Amino acid sequence: MRQGDPIIAVRGLRNAFGEQVIHDDLDLTVCRGEILGVVGGSGTGKSVLLRSIIGLQTPQAGEIEVLGENMVGRSDDEAKNIRRRWGILFQNGALFSTLTVAENVEVPIREYFPFIQPPLLDEIASYKIAMALLPPDAGPKYPAELSGGMVKRAGIARALALDPELLFLDEPTSGLDPIAAAGFDELIRSLQKRLGLTVFLITHDLDTLHSICDRVAVLADKKVIGIGTIPELLALDHPWIQEYFNGPRGRAAAESYEGAGA
Amino acid sequence: MAEVTDQETDQRHGSVYRVAGAITISRAATTQREIDALPDPLTIDLSEIERMDTVGAWLIYRTVRDRGAKVIGASRDEVSLLKQVGEFDKPTRVVPDEPHNFLAGLRELGEWVTEAGVTLVGLLGFFGATLIGFANVIRRPRRFRVNAVVQRFDVVGVRALGIIGLMSFLIGIVIAQQGSVQLRQFGAEVYTINLIGRITVRELGTLMTAIMVAGRSGSAFAAQLGTMKITEEIDAMRTIGVSPVEALVIPRVIAAVVMMPLLAFWSMLLALTGGGIFVWLSLDIPLLTYIQRLQEVIPITDMWVGIIKAPVFGFIIALAGCFQGMLVQGNSEEVGTRTTMAVVQSIFLVIVLDSVFAVFFSNIGWI
Repeated sequence: MRQGDPIIAVRGLRNAFGEQVIHDDLDLTVCRGEILGVVGGSGTGKSVLLRSIIGLQTPQAGEIEVLGENMVGRSDDEAKNIRRRWGILFQNGALFSTLTVAENVEVPIREYFPFIQPPLLDEIASYKIAMALLPPDAGPKYPAELSGGMVKRAGIARALALDPELLFLDEPTSGLDPIAAAGFDELIRSLQKRLGLTVFLITHDLDTLHSICDRVAVLADKKVIGIGTIPELLALDHPWIQEYFNGPRGRAAAESYEGAGA
Repeated sequence: MAEVTDQETDQRHGSVYRVAGAITISRAATTQREIDALPDPLTIDLSEIERMDTVGAWLIYRTVRDRGAKVIGASRDEVSLLKQVGEFDKPTRVVPDEPHNFLAGLRELGEWVTEAGVTLVGLLGFFGATLIGFANVIRRPRRFRVNAVVQRFDVVGVRALGIIGLMSFLIGIVIAQQGSVQLRQFGAEVYTINLIGRITVRELGTLMTAIMVAGRSGSAFAAQLGTMKITEEIDAMRTIGVSPVEALVIPRVIAAVVMMPLLAFWSMLLALTGGGIFVWLSLDIPLLTYIQRLQEVIPITDMWVGIIKAPVFGFIIALAGCFQGMLVQGNSEEVGTRTTMAVVQSIFLVIVLDSVFAVFFSNIGWI
């Protein structure tokens, strides 16, 4: 596949919990090599969309294609080959609490490539930890001993363990201080460039949207109401988009990136 | 994708490792073996490579680093990838250092002793805090939380009736059955009634109930309070000015203290019923005779022995459960360990106290 080809294609997705409909006839395409930011108010189903795409939630209707393969109704065994081609950072890191950071990074490698033994295995884990910009002494630490920012970095290190083509990030900068958040944005950007990743990123962070996202998809009214660069979205006359990007916080973020973005 | 490896050994130039196709994580183990098998000086030829990922780059990087191998034929992308990999060469350990075995053993023993001491002192402190909480509530009865206490009564007492009743009923049958088999050897089957009556009323009714309550409610107390500790609910309570001891511990302690004797009595009744049914069906002793015999063989002091112990056990169970719950810190894993410890501690303390009671009651002549 080349740059710009669709890597994720969601068509006519419908998700509902009981009476409550979360998504109805939702379409979304993510292109290879881009960083796509997904925004939306609380409860618009951003996380549910992510869970549907990675196969943790079976939708009521619709098609989901990831890396050219249909994801709906796949058994775990069939999905294995796709799963090793993506990495996921969950909102709270979801590190395995009984394993050290380095062991966490080794889990996917051990699972898919059992022939890789220490010391090579440990060296790969060290390398991924360094790549996520964690200090070397973080390797033998347990998740409970890490700060919030370090947990996220360790989560990224684990997500990158198998050199994925596609990276899913669920609110990567939430709960981080602005300096750590900016550092994290930079990390994602540099990893994406370096490894040619496609990034699907759920966020509330306006700075993240402005600084690293190539395109932004807006979730509202159970659909993707707009997708494109921020100026393209602003051209749409939707009240939520206007309020989101033109509210006091949105304007402040936009102003600080005007010089850099141009 | 065709993956061909070509290894040449040439006396003058050393060996050449030439990879065609992909050098990625899926072939990492094989690639490493092949590289290890080649003698120095080694040249790695990347000119025919189609794809290289970070693991492949790492393999080549470490060969260059450790064996001084020469890399030829790398494209610009591959060179930059190799350079990047080198930037992140910061070895880290996978697991924390573990000290020498003997020392580790000593340290563990020391830690265990301190832990036991600290727990004992902590439990005493918690006991004191609970008493102070009680005193505060008695001085200001308006701070007594009636609703919370009634709700705990329901959870600890009423909802336990079914399982404790069933357990006691079955234990009554087992005692009757095993007792009658043994006593038959002496032709003393009729004494089965004495056995059932005295053992259930004096010992087993209360003890089994205490164990069941420890497993059911003591663990729940520890898990509830532990979870509240993790979600900072207890800190929130403190800052609002609500004392967690008054709001959480005291209702639970009262519930356990009040419900334990009632449940123990219920357990005795059901165990006697189970035994009676067995005796009736198996030994042909009519129920009425069974009840009459029970009245003759069980002294009322047996009943007091059983019932007096119950609230003490209830107090210990609630105290250990709440204490362990309040000790939870950090992660959710600790809720599990603390809950286990609460159950183990309370059952252990219940049995220790039970033996103290046994000696005490025998010595004051309640035999």
